[in-house]
Amino acid sequence: MGMTHVVDRRLNGKNKSAVNRERFLRRYRHHIKKAVADAVHRRSITDIERGENVSIPSRDTDEPIFHHGQGGKREVIHPGNKEFVAGDTLPKPPGGGGQGQGQGQASPDGEGMDEFAFQITQEEFLDFLFDDLELPNLARKKLKDTEAFKYVRSGFSTQGVPAKLDVVRSLRGAHARRLGLGGARKKKIREMEAQLAALKSAPDDLDPAFSHEDQIKAMEDEIAELKANVRRIPFIDEIDLRYRQHLKQPQPATSAVMFCLMDVSGSMTQMHKDIAKRFFILLYLFLKKNYKKIDVVFIRHHTSAKEVDEEEFFYSRETGGTIVSSALKLMHKIIESRYSPSEWNIYAAQASDGDNWNDDSPICSKLLADSILPLVQYYAYVEITPQDHQMLWYEYEKIQERFPQSFALQQIADPGEIYPVFRQLFERKAA
Amino acid sequence: MTDTMDRPNEPRTREPISTSSEWTFPLLEKYDEEIAKCAAEFGLDTYPNQVEVISAEQMMDAYSSVGMPVGYHHWSFGKQFLSTSKGYQRGQMGLAYEIVINSNPCIAYLMEENTLPMQALVIAHASYGHNSFFKGNYLFRTWTDASAIIDYLVFARDYVAQCEERYGLDAVEQILDSCHALMNYGVDRYKRPAPISAAEEARRQKEREEYQQRRLNDLWRTIPRMEDDEDPVRRKQRYPEEPQENILYFIEKNAPLLETWQRELIRIVRKLAQYFYPQRQTQVMNEGWATFWHYTLLHRMYDKGLVNDGFMLEFLQSHSAVVYQPPFDSPWYSGINPYTLGFSMFTDLRRICENPTDEDREWFPDIAGTDWVETLHFAMKNFKDESFIQQFLSPKVMRDMKFFAIQNDDEEDVYRITAIHDDPGYRILREKLARQYNLSYREPNIQVWNVDVRGDRSLTLRHIPVDRVPLGDDTEEVLRHVHRLWGFDVHLESVDDGQVVDEAHCPPKDLDED
Repeated sequence: MGMTHVVDRRLNGKNKSAVNRERFLRRYRHHIKKAVADAVHRRSITDIERGENVSIPSRDTDEPIFHHGQGGKREVIHPGNKEFVAGDTLPKPPGGGGQGQGQGQASPDGEGMDEFAFQITQEEFLDFLFDDLELPNLARKKLKDTEAFKYVRSGFSTQGVPAKLDVVRSLRGAHARRLGLGGARKKKIREMEAQLAALKSAPDDLDPAFSHEDQIKAMEDEIAELKANVRRIPFIDEIDLRYRQHLKQPQPATSAVMFCLMDVSGSMTQMHKDIAKRFFILLYLFLKKNYKKIDVVFIRHHTSAKEVDEEEFFYSRETGGTIVSSALKLMHKIIESRYSPSEWNIYAAQASDGDNWNDDSPICSKLLADSILPLVQYYAYVEITPQDHQMLWYEYEKIQERFPQSFALQQIADPGEIYPVFRQLFERKAA
Repeated sequence: MTDTMDRPNEPRTREPISTSSEWTFPLLEKYDEEIAKCAAEFGLDTYPNQVEVISAEQMMDAYSSVGMPVGYHHWSFGKQFLSTSKGYQRGQMGLAYEIVINSNPCIAYLMEENTLPMQALVIAHASYGHNSFFKGNYLFRTWTDASAIIDYLVFARDYVAQCEERYGLDAVEQILDSCHALMNYGVDRYKRPAPISAAEEARRQKEREEYQQRRLNDLWRTIPRMEDDEDPVRRKQRYPEEPQENILYFIEKNAPLLETWQRELIRIVRKLAQYFYPQRQTQVMNEGWATFWHYTLLHRMYDKGLVNDGFMLEFLQSHSAVVYQPPFDSPWYSGINPYTLGFSMFTDLRRICENPTDEDREWFPDIAGTDWVETLHFAMKNFKDESFIQQFLSPKVMRDMKFFAIQNDDEEDVYRITAIHDDPGYRILREKLARQYNLSYREPNIQVWNVDVRGDRSLTLRHIPVDRVPLGDDTEEVLRHVHRLWGFDVHLESVDDGQVVDEAHCPPKDLDED
């Protein structure tokens, strides 16, 4: 019988299955993408950052093996006989279901047995969402980092990189050290030099036995040694060096408001709205990384504009014509009454299929240029249509020329094209 | 003679090892030491033990890699992990108290959440019960090499990782998927395989790489071309001449188009299948043996006064949960509980030795009244589930478990009760239950029948149905995997009594004819 070793493995890595789990998600990415797309449709745009339940039909995840099918003659032994005796017969249930195979039962939680259900994490959820949007990795990282930090000065340290060397501090330290180490000796040198001078100027004793000669020589030697000592004190030493120290600090909380403007006239289909929703989600996630508090204002319009809640914004249907300026006017009114630009960073995203009354488009252009763009950080316009542009687009193009820093527009025909609009925003913010 | 007369209780002069249910490392060692002493009294022969305390998350990891401490990466293990962790988080499913690995030293995982009595139970169950079974049972001795398995797993993981790097994740995944589909057909049931070791394996793998391609080319080159060979006898000759049960082995050695690394992957899956093969054939025995010993060893501890009543109450509660057998009509019923059956059989075997009745003397003349420790060891060492049941299932156990046999014939309108736990029924039940644990009865009998070496190189598998039971609905899916590995058409014919009763083809026949 051998010795037993008892080992504590609890501190060894868990997550040994992480790679296998990742392999599983990779294999079923199409299923998961669909689940994520459904969730995006279902969820509020402010509720994107959590995991999701995913169900995959079991026939897709089953690993096939050769096994017996139904039919033929089977004999099975079971425990717990109560009243059967040999030779008894029992009627088969109609439909000829298999007996005692334990198949086709419902699971206790009511979930179908023909579904393989599991959870993906928040991070995985965002990854699949970004896949959908074809987000580059760098942008993903920026969006997923849970907190934004900035570096603040926090005193000095004796260690650091040359770039952070503080010259004034270091030299001041060196000076102090030189004083500390050399001060006493310099004082002694000064005293001894005074004595020496006095000694030299005094008349020498005639009696060689009392001559100052030896005394002078001894003093001179001592002074020379003291001076050499003082000279050996380095002008600057490693211990004098001081480096500026920085601490990571969460960025101070600031507030932003995000205006979502959308055309809900009859020509906007649910598909258009879903694309718009993804765009708004991306903007929200981006803002969330930069601001602690974000208000979202939903403005929908056809011929007139109205501030609504999210549900109504995305899912109620309207018919009729389109007057875009109504929404811009309402937005301006809301800014004036609730979101003073001195306290709020204002962002706006407008989605439309490009339809507008031709007479209205110049009005929009003027409203933007005169009263809205001066107040906002950024205004993005997405036109969701594969068709030719109309008047509104050309008016907005002129705006972009005049306000390249705060206005962007882009045409989008499918979700993969949303990101390019976005990149402009990132580039500007990163600079 | 009863148990207590046989080995009278020693006076409980000693203090129990501990009274709290919190475990500590020194306490685990102390308990292990005492359990080891008890195990030695009963002659349990084990590999050295390595007891590893792990967290619940780590237990889920261990679960999803079928208990292998090292494993190659594959999505199916990820799937396992997802369903395990989901069940666990919802509280639907407790995790196993332990996982034990057939290796030398024998590694047993203990979950940190367990109370002290549970940890003691697990140590007795895994480190002395399962461990001695691994070391003693003939199937494990013949089929697995406990000292080499960890090294081999490391080799396999590294090799698969290298392949992924060189040939891409998808290419490797496809081969592994196909191999997994055939894993149950990757063992030699009768031949003893050569033992494996990792260093040896790495060296041989190089040799194989060079040798195999040459050999394979020879096979296909030396086959006479069709038009050259007019001899009808030779044209009728099959290849292989004898049907081959190890389908994966046959493919590894004979598939015309596989790359060398693909053959090596097949080999890795085969070797793992071989390693797990004994476990699949000894579930009742292995769990029964381990359960019998945790029960017996902890009672021995109690007799010695090393554990107190509170400890025993908690232990017995867990023990009875483990050996609970719901009846066939219970909503919790999911087949015969191997723990219950195995534990009942070993317990009854001991009773037959120590306290035989007339019935026992009639049924078991050779063992009634013999030394029970010796008899149990004999049974543990020389049998697998099928033969163990055939040899040792007693009328008393059949009565206690109230076994009955029910027949479902698709040519009849009714189910028939063919035998119950009574005099005329015992032998029938025993025989049928033994057969129920025979792997070659549980799994369809499918073998390599022929390769059309002179023609289209197609591979024909032959299925021999038992009692007209057909193949299940996965068959075509599995054939696609066989086709992927073989590289040419694959046929499967079910042959009952010389008649082809069913066929399947990949690619499907109908499409070919269109």
